[in-house]
Amino acid sequence: MHDQQEEPRLYGLMAEFETAEDLAKACHQSYEAGYRVQDAFSPYPVEEVSEALGHHKSYVPLLMLCGGIVGALTGFGLQYITSVHVYALNIGGRPLNSWPAFIPVTFEVTILFAGICGVLGMFALNGLPRPHHPVFNVKRFAAHASTDGFFLCIEAADPKFDRDGTETFLRSLHPSEVSEVEN
Amino acid sequence: MAFGEQSPVGKGARAQASKTQAQMAKPPELPLVGAGHDNKSVTEEISGVVFGKTPLWWFGALAVSGAVMVMMLYAIIYLLFTGTGVWGLNIPVGWGFAIINFVWWIGIGHAGTLISAILLLLNQSWRTSINRFAEAMTLFAVACAGLFPILHTGRPWLAVYWLLPYPNTMGLWPQFRSPLIWDVFAVSTYFTISLLFWYVGLVPDLAAMRDRAKNRLAAKVYGVFSLGWRGSAAHWHNYESLYLLLAGISTPLVLSVHTVVSFDFSVGQLPGWHATIFPPYFVAGAIYAGFAMVLLLAIPLRVMFKLQDFITLRHLENMGKVTLATGMIVAYGYLVEVFMAFYSGNQYEAFMILNRITGPYQVQWWLLLLCNALAPQVLWVKSWRRSPLVLFLVSIVVSIGMWLERFIIVVTSLHRDFLPSSWGMYAGTKWDWALYIGTMGMFLTLFFLFIRFVPMISIFEMRTIVPDRKNLDEAPKGGA
Repeated sequence: MHDQQEEPRLYGLMAEFETAEDLAKACHQSYEAGYRVQDAFSPYPVEEVSEALGHHKSYVPLLMLCGGIVGALTGFGLQYITSVHVYALNIGGRPLNSWPAFIPVTFEVTILFAGICGVLGMFALNGLPRPHHPVFNVKRFAAHASTDGFFLCIEAADPKFDRDGTETFLRSLHPSEVSEVEN
Repeated sequence: MAFGEQSPVGKGARAQASKTQAQMAKPPELPLVGAGHDNKSVTEEISGVVFGKTPLWWFGALAVSGAVMVMMLYAIIYLLFTGTGVWGLNIPVGWGFAIINFVWWIGIGHAGTLISAILLLLNQSWRTSINRFAEAMTLFAVACAGLFPILHTGRPWLAVYWLLPYPNTMGLWPQFRSPLIWDVFAVSTYFTISLLFWYVGLVPDLAAMRDRAKNRLAAKVYGVFSLGWRGSAAHWHNYESLYLLLAGISTPLVLSVHTVVSFDFSVGQLPGWHATIFPPYFVAGAIYAGFAMVLLLAIPLRVMFKLQDFITLRHLENMGKVTLATGMIVAYGYLVEVFMAFYSGNQYEAFMILNRITGPYQVQWWLLLLCNALAPQVLWVKSWRRSPLVLFLVSIVVSIGMWLERFIIVVTSLHRDFLPSSWGMYAGTKWDWALYIGTMGMFLTLFFLFIRFVPMISIFEMRTIVPDRKNLDEAPKGGA
């Protein structure tokens, strides 16, 4: 896998592990060793791995909150403006701004906006859609990352990255394999 | 395989849940997954349903359901060209099959969201292998439900301006004080959020399909829909956060949908409709009918596609328990209806109940009690609850019972209201039946297409409840 090809554009080095526990341990050590521009890949979410890599905060909840607030204002505003100003109807002598009757629609629009913001926001924060990514150039990654492989990739962009030093470091984590990721 | 019992290897967010469950499972529970499965075998078997050879029965089933769907299209075309007079609707019963079927279908949809959202929040890891197709069921059921009110408007292409708020040349806006408009918002939001929830759950699995597809076109299509998902830890972090929050907002949403549907009735002043028990009674009924439908789909599916390792007896038993519990709530609703009718001291309310019990629709009323209150009681017996055949039969009976319930609510209240001079009778015409049965064809057609092209069990969530490949050979560890 890791031939002595000239490295025209090396994206990083990738180590493969057999279990989520091994990957989490490796991520922890790699973070301790000072690597920051790195990413781990697993076929299902592993909280320990995210934590070991220093992902503590997600902006998804904030985005959904903003979406929800905008939705609530839109939903109520729509009903208020149409029922009080644009198209005022006297329904059984009730006040034009009969706000309790506006709650259900306000609620639904709140949920709708929060949900859409959350989903679009999650994909945007993750930089998706992005059909091609250098990690897919690693054959074992393409075959196993979405099935049963656990991978740690230290990118060449990391200030501490050094072709040979990083490889030695990755090998010290007892991976089943280390490969180069070409750009 | 040394890995006999399914003890959870601590993994990720759901590790805690599985652990608590293992502790609670003191009288040994049936396993959640068949023995000897790991990440690879789970992925291979579930994606194998799609990548494998199309079974012959699938073509036959699709042909039959497709033919029934064509009947629906014919019924719709005839309706649109002739008018809603082809239905059995008239004064006094102006709300017939259209509303009965709408409520029936939308209720069925509720089980999908309950499984995907509420059971996720409650850390019920057994939901994992049934949530995907239950969510698909929700989408298709809501699509069927939506047809009825739209067609009931008579000329749907003209109905847009009073259903949806948009600036039109007539300067007209919807009447937001009516539950019927709330329904438009509730159902469309419900469909959109259910679709998003379903799709977000699918993305990692579509990525697995992309990586496993041998056919280049299939790989391209799955690739496009998986949006380039690569399982990065940073991505999973945002993903998990979103998934949990979507479950959080779907929970009040699903409760609100059938609540709003029940408002369609309870805001009116008709005896039999004007009752405060309606929202909880409707929501319970929805979940009841929905679980019956999930069982109706799951029991043949697991046999046809040999998925007994994933949809185990434990799943069937748990669904049977939910069916029994919600069935009891529904039975309580019937009891309260009868009690309140007399306790209210209102002669019209009392007459309404007497008319249900002894009037011209008494057969339907007694049948509904038999189907919804009595039949599910067999699920108290453990061995019957674990018998797919018994569950299947009970589910059919419950589905019929829930349709009868809506028939009774809609028809008996309308056909004899306050003035005896305006009383009348109601029955569906052949066009009513053609459309109703036709929507079942549409539902099944969509479902058959779904199971052929999309992994019907959430693969990545299954991976969280099976051991990793190395751990499979060793003794399972307690946690990460």
